[in-house]
Amino acid sequence: MSKKVHTLTPKSNDPYLRLDAQLLKRMHNIMVRGRLLEERLIKMSKGGEGFFWIGGPGEEGFNVPLGFQVKKGEGVQFDYLHLHYRSSGIALAMGAEVIDTIRQMRTTATDPYSRGRNFVNHYAVPEWNIMPVSPTIETQYSTAIGTGIAQAHTKGTDSLTIVNGGDAGTAEGDFHSCLVWANRPALPLPILMIVVNNGFGISTPAAEQHGEKNIADWAKTFDMPGKTINGNDPVESYFAIQEAMAYIRKERRPYLLEAKTSRLYGHSSSSGANRIPEPDCIKIFEEQMLKRNLIDEKEIEEVWTSNRNLIDDAYQQVKQEPYPEGDDIWYGVFAEGLDDTYPKKGGS
Amino acid sequence: MANMAQAIRMALHYGEENLGVKEIFGEDVGAPLGGVFTVSQGLKKAWNSPLDERGIVGAALGLAWAGFRPVAEVQFVDYIFNTIDLLKLCGNSLWASGGKFKTPMVIMTPTGSGIHGSLYHSHSFDSIATKIHGMKVVCPSTPLDAYGLMLSAIKDDNPVLFLKPKALLRAKGVELIPGEPADEKALKDMIDAPIGDRSNWKPKWPKLEDFSIPIGQAKISREGRDATIITHGRLAPICLDVANEFAEAGHGDLEVIDLRTLIPYDWNAITTSIRKTGRVIFINEETEITNFGEHLIRRVVDEMFYELAVRPRLLAGKAVPGIGLSPNLEYASVPQKVDVENAIRELLADPA
Ligand SMILES: Cc1ncc(C[n+]2csc(CCOP(=O)(O)OP(=O)(O)O)c2C)c(N)n1
Ligand SMILES: [Mg+2]
Repeated sequence: MSKKVHTLTPKSNDPYLRLDAQLLKRMHNIMVRGRLLEERLIKMSKGGEGFFWIGGPGEEGFNVPLGFQVKKGEGVQFDYLHLHYRSSGIALAMGAEVIDTIRQMRTTATDPYSRGRNFVNHYAVPEWNIMPVSPTIETQYSTAIGTGIAQAHTKGTDSLTIVNGGDAGTAEGDFHSCLVWANRPALPLPILMIVVNNGFGISTPAAEQHGEKNIADWAKTFDMPGKTINGNDPVESYFAIQEAMAYIRKERRPYLLEAKTSRLYGHSSSSGANRIPEPDCIKIFEEQMLKRNLIDEKEIEEVWTSNRNLIDDAYQQVKQEPYPEGDDIWYGVFAEGLDDTYPKKGGS
Repeated sequence: MANMAQAIRMALHYGEENLGVKEIFGEDVGAPLGGVFTVSQGLKKAWNSPLDERGIVGAALGLAWAGFRPVAEVQFVDYIFNTIDLLKLCGNSLWASGGKFKTPMVIMTPTGSGIHGSLYHSHSFDSIATKIHGMKVVCPSTPLDAYGLMLSAIKDDNPVLFLKPKALLRAKGVELIPGEPADEKALKDMIDAPIGDRSNWKPKWPKLEDFSIPIGQAKISREGRDATIITHGRLAPICLDVANEFAEAGHGDLEVIDLRTLIPYDWNAITTSIRKTGRVIFINEETEITNFGEHLIRRVVDEMFYELAVRPRLLAGKAVPGIGLSPNLEYASVPQKVDVENAIRELLADPA
């Protein structure tokens, strides 16, 4: 790994004690919120309130620490995010409201991310540089190149581009495009390339997808820093993200971070969305915090209850909200709208 | 007069100086080559990308979201096919985000036959391009139109696919571009890179002016009463020549409409002309299965059937997998001047 990556000097040997206790609690709160939100979405999908569900239960331990460290804002001076469909933890940690994701699940007209058009967890937030999430696997690694170029060509900024996706998807050319473009001596790009490795692409296990020992090993070819971490541990994740971001902000070069996580409800609603016995990052986090007296049982209970209430209230409100009218399909075809001669009948 | 390559180059220069174009890139787009058709020679913001069309389109989209108004080149339209899902993202990101993400970007690419390019330098993409909804598609046939359409494409807040007819890129115009020196040789000396070592060469740009051809506005290249020809790109000057020759020979008075924009197309221009002539042929070099011209014919039949004197026609490319190199093969595959003449003769002879 490059010598320019600064490993943070530990104040304590125990990584949990190196992070502010309040920050750990905030992380825990959002992780729980994310989990309960996803479980609500699954319930809605199964109950016919909305359709397809896909999301990130099991990835909160990595996604929440990431969302907390984003330099949030609009424009080239801030971090850009090119995310995939398991990123609710990132959005919530950045301040997204649960109600908006519920709106997208229910396909209401009030869905601020897509006006009832896209699957749930397909965020698009211009004010926070969250670029439109697309259902196409891996294309985000191609669009990330663009904001990376914008930042590389902006003098004096320390902003970076964050892109995430799954393990199976790295077989697509877009992943390799991103590696190649980000590592050219002519214009290195400040991109944090993240692969969340849950060991599956839908039903196909890793052994039928890939031969790399670690996906992060692709970094070696480019003499670029790369690391594989346990994404089920929020503290390990926090420090790994911090280290990677510090390197990119300063050196203006890419970093490849692979986080191994669980996939707690399988791939999506199409595979049943039932709980799967894999390690649970929230349980792990709570145990570690309890062990160190960073939180007590009562506080934990309160976190779950208050978030459950928050989501219940939001859900009740969304149920009152209207669906888009059919005519809304014409909105946003072109930025300036459509003129009278645009064919709208759908045939003769 | 400037040729189309020079015209586009001047438009890009105007764009980087005045319209906020921050990135111009693609394969061999930067120095020393400045594009395989010299379209990006001497531009400040032009640079060479990796040989990766998906990366090029993806990068352009990311840059568009960041407001950098990129102009990216796919070296030949024949190589755009592996980017279709990314072009779809360009077209749908405004819509998918409920109107939030504007996508001001231009993808320019040489299109069509006419340079003996065989299978992979002769393709047309027009019809497929028109199916990527949310993306505008333009295709000029003269240097001045190319200049004005490029400026409009750059200013547009939607993604624009700018198709450059390969066969016309070196053809000179008959109209001056605003700011272009009248002396052709002077222009060449100012903005064409020298052969050989160019490391110290810098262009001297003429004082160019803003000039827009509105996207969505067709041009009546020739007015006529007897029949309407609707075309674009490489076939536009051919159709105009044929129309003029027919008039001189007293064979008919043809109206020629150069669409210039395929999406959103100028329906008013089409209907106004057909209402006048009652006869229409759509001419382009895309293969006949399935062809953008077919859509226009269907709409004409639907909306103005009783105003037609005769059946509407299409002259298009043959539905074969490629265009062969041997000239007879190419000529048999895509419409040539003689095919245009024959088709128009038949159209005029059709009993009403
Ligand atoms: C280009 C493309 N191909 C196929 C699909 C269908 N698909 C959706 S998710 C998925 C598996 C992705 O696996 P991975 O990249 O490991 O991400 P994970 O879902 O495990 O987080 C597939 C094949 C798609 N959405 N896009
Ligand atoms: Mg996976």
